[in-house]
Amino acid sequence: MRYLPLTDTDRKAMLATIGVESIDALFKDVPKAARIGGLLDLPRHQGELEVERALGAMAAKNVAMGSVPSFLGAGVYRHHVPAAVDHLIQRGEFLTSYTPYQPEISQGTLQVLFEFQTQVALITGMELANASLYDGATACAEAVMMANRLTQRKKAILSGSLHPHYRDTVETYGRFVGFETVLAGPDPAGKETLASRIDAATSCVVVQNPGFFGELRDHTALGEACHKAGALLIVIVTEPVSLGAVKPPGAMGADIVAGEGQALGMGLVFGGPHLGLFATRDRFVRQVPGRLCGETVDVDGRRGYVLTLSAREQHIRREKATSNICTNSNLCALAFSIHLALLGEAGLTRLAAINHGKAVQLAERLAAVPDCSVVTDSFFNEFTLRLPRAAAPVVEALAQRRILGGVPVSRLHPGHAELENLLLVAANETNTNADMGAFAAALTEVLR
Amino acid sequence: MSEWSKAVSGFKSEDKETPTLSGSRGLQEEEPPLFEQDAPGRCGVDLPDPPAVKSRLGGMARQGAIGLPGLSEPQVIRHYMRISQKNYAIDTGIYPLGSCTMKHNPRLNEKIARLPGFADIHPLQPVSTVQGALELMDEIAHWIKTLTGMPAVALSPGAGAHGELCGMMCIRAALDHRGEHRKRVLVPESAHGTNPATAAACGYSVDPIKADAGGRVDLASLREKLGQDVAAFMLTNPSTCGLFERDVREIADMVHGAGAYFYCDGANFNAIVGRVNCAELGIDVMHLNLHKTFSTPHGGGGPGSGPVVLAKSLAPYAPLPWVVHDAQGLRLVEHKDGEAKTSLGRIKGNHGQMGMFVRALSYMMSHGSDGLRQVAEDAVLNANYLLASLKDELTPAFPGTCMHEALFDDRFLEGTGITTLDFAKAMTDEGYHPMTMYFPLIVHGALLMEPTETESKDSLDRFIAVIKGLARRAKAGEVGYFQAAPRLTPRRRLDETLAARKPVLRWRPKPGERRAAE
Repeated sequence: MRYLPLTDTDRKAMLATIGVESIDALFKDVPKAARIGGLLDLPRHQGELEVERALGAMAAKNVAMGSVPSFLGAGVYRHHVPAAVDHLIQRGEFLTSYTPYQPEISQGTLQVLFEFQTQVALITGMELANASLYDGATACAEAVMMANRLTQRKKAILSGSLHPHYRDTVETYGRFVGFETVLAGPDPAGKETLASRIDAATSCVVVQNPGFFGELRDHTALGEACHKAGALLIVIVTEPVSLGAVKPPGAMGADIVAGEGQALGMGLVFGGPHLGLFATRDRFVRQVPGRLCGETVDVDGRRGYVLTLSAREQHIRREKATSNICTNSNLCALAFSIHLALLGEAGLTRLAAINHGKAVQLAERLAAVPDCSVVTDSFFNEFTLRLPRAAAPVVEALAQRRILGGVPVSRLHPGHAELENLLLVAANETNTNADMGAFAAALTEVLR
Repeated sequence: MSEWSKAVSGFKSEDKETPTLSGSRGLQEEEPPLFEQDAPGRCGVDLPDPPAVKSRLGGMARQGAIGLPGLSEPQVIRHYMRISQKNYAIDTGIYPLGSCTMKHNPRLNEKIARLPGFADIHPLQPVSTVQGALELMDEIAHWIKTLTGMPAVALSPGAGAHGELCGMMCIRAALDHRGEHRKRVLVPESAHGTNPATAAACGYSVDPIKADAGGRVDLASLREKLGQDVAAFMLTNPSTCGLFERDVREIADMVHGAGAYFYCDGANFNAIVGRVNCAELGIDVMHLNLHKTFSTPHGGGGPGSGPVVLAKSLAPYAPLPWVVHDAQGLRLVEHKDGEAKTSLGRIKGNHGQMGMFVRALSYMMSHGSDGLRQVAEDAVLNANYLLASLKDELTPAFPGTCMHEALFDDRFLEGTGITTLDFAKAMTDEGYHPMTMYFPLIVHGALLMEPTETESKDSLDRFIAVIKGLARRAKAGEVGYFQAAPRLTPRRRLDETLAARKPVLRWRPKPGERRAAE
């Protein structure tokens, strides 16, 4: 077996050193009833070729998004990732290292985290960021729990423009952790008014920008209303590329920014693993969940990095920790950081401008399809299109024509008749004019 | 220099006496942060001109600069190559972190995970276009259920600790369904910190259970603390002492007798895969870490994946989503209605860590039922070989053999003035990543070594020789040598007190200084 270096000769010699007759003697504490005598009913070991053949056949049953004109978003975005990113994250020193608990021999990972935290703070317009969390939805739940700790209150108001997976995740956490969630109804037009719902029990208001339906809104006034009532404003960002073009949450008075970093550096991977982003203000640092990396010096006075403020974390504080989180999404954070390093200021702003331009072009084309209209007034790279009939079967019909034409809102918001005809459509640098033409033509045909 | 570093400056390395002009030392290149390599306008990607359109940002355009540095592609490559070389990795040597299971990460897994049919599919594509992905989820669920003997598995948790949270939520949901509001969760003192943190996150108070003299659960203490207000007992088995809880079935009966649920932390499943039927241990729920037993890369700290196996009594509460078969093929149950009305709901975005499922299944299929059993046997054999080879020079925490990890205490350092931490730092100078230290908490100055099945006998023999040699140096009274270690690593001991007292969590230009290239 190619991953196992011990030979039978080794095993025999080692058993002799240990002083036992057989390997079974080392499993003697397992109760008899639980011992597996022979082999389980699963296939035996296979070579690389056989495994690759079997799993390759499974992969081949899927339609890769890059193989057809595709316009899906809804919190997961297919951008072009520079070749250097995947090359670098496969360096064994990054790929196969553990959490940097021994800083003297983990400066690579630690410097990456320090730079990542800086990049996230810069693009969100916040003062500090952590080393990442599992994904956007769990980062959102952690943000709410942090707001609860800071305000000593237990009621979160969730915007109708928040991604439904995020809303559902926060709601689940709320039920078990013990806080209340107030859900505003789905808000495709971006017109909801949440300020009037804030009361003395409200710990935070959670909004998303760009919103789930693509709409852009300035939440500055909402932030002021929160602060007046002693509550916090949490802004969710599911498309970090937008931050190259759009006013960042930090400039709107956000207290916590949480979101999804997948769009930079990572592929789609059917939804995971992705990257939870988490940024906040300096004064809240001791309530931040998850890992933080900080700069310091070694005994020779040289600049170096360590994991820090770990008195917040479960391995020190156990049941009194700020979160039960034990890991970050480190390799994804590395991919994100490399992609942003390659883009830099000039690249991110240009990429964002291209994204917006493509989306405006697509919106114009689709608005010209008979009986279709764009619902979203202002948007970044994604918008909501109203169709003359239910969107889900239209998307199926488009898939038959080898076009992945967006996400029907009903997939995520089922049971709302008024949302049945809505289709979420995203466009970016990967979509050619020909793709957009093919989409508009196919949609016209399907709706005819 | 801080107070702390002044205090230890007596241990400066000899290397400092021959400084280099560059600060680099041989192949160890000094590398400043990205932000100190900025030239405004420089870019590592070529992008076309944006389409000329009328903006629809609605007055929401970003004002002012972001502050990101501009680098070219070769600079970026060199930056990450240089800093990567400051990391220890399982690819470069034995990584004996106890209870972390640092095993080889096969590259076949990486190759398969990058097939466009897995890497380039969107979670919200029509299910008719992702039948292969659902088939893969269904297949790994089958492997996990067969390997554990448990009837159901929830795939969505994003990591081990998230799996714990999911498992405890299932327990809480089942108790709610029974109309019982139990208040306490019992957790052994030897447990990983995530166990009590998870129980607390689910609204329970945590009641610690003592270990007996042999390092196992003290049954009398458990019996005494069990009661009608106990929701669950959380047990890591094999434990973080590297021991199999031989009374596990009796424990299960006691827990069930009190109407509570039996949570098993499967962090150490690598020791028993293919040899132990977990359902027969009487457990109700257990999470697995795919990055431990099933070789998905740790990546410097995630991403992980923490599937949770469930007994029949807890399966109705499993989180969304899951895969079902119907007339049209495979589909996802994504909403809390109809067939999923008892589900606890969603705990994460999308459908779980698909990229990790692909890697783990590739590993399972490569090993097969025979290979996985051999994995457990070799992992246990390697740990016992370490224990037997070091037991005279070091001090084992408990008598007898162990499972997948060998646990020592710091009695062998008694009176030397050298701590477990000093000993560990000396190991890094020898080119070894240290073992887990000061954990489990019940053992004084603990040294917990888990070699895994990845190590050859030669590799173990070299490691053993070094550990023995260091132990002898410690006992010979070479205090200064240990306290000044490490000397040869990219950085020497770092001032963690300074880092925590004056947190610097991001790069900023020094006051009054413009960036290098401005």
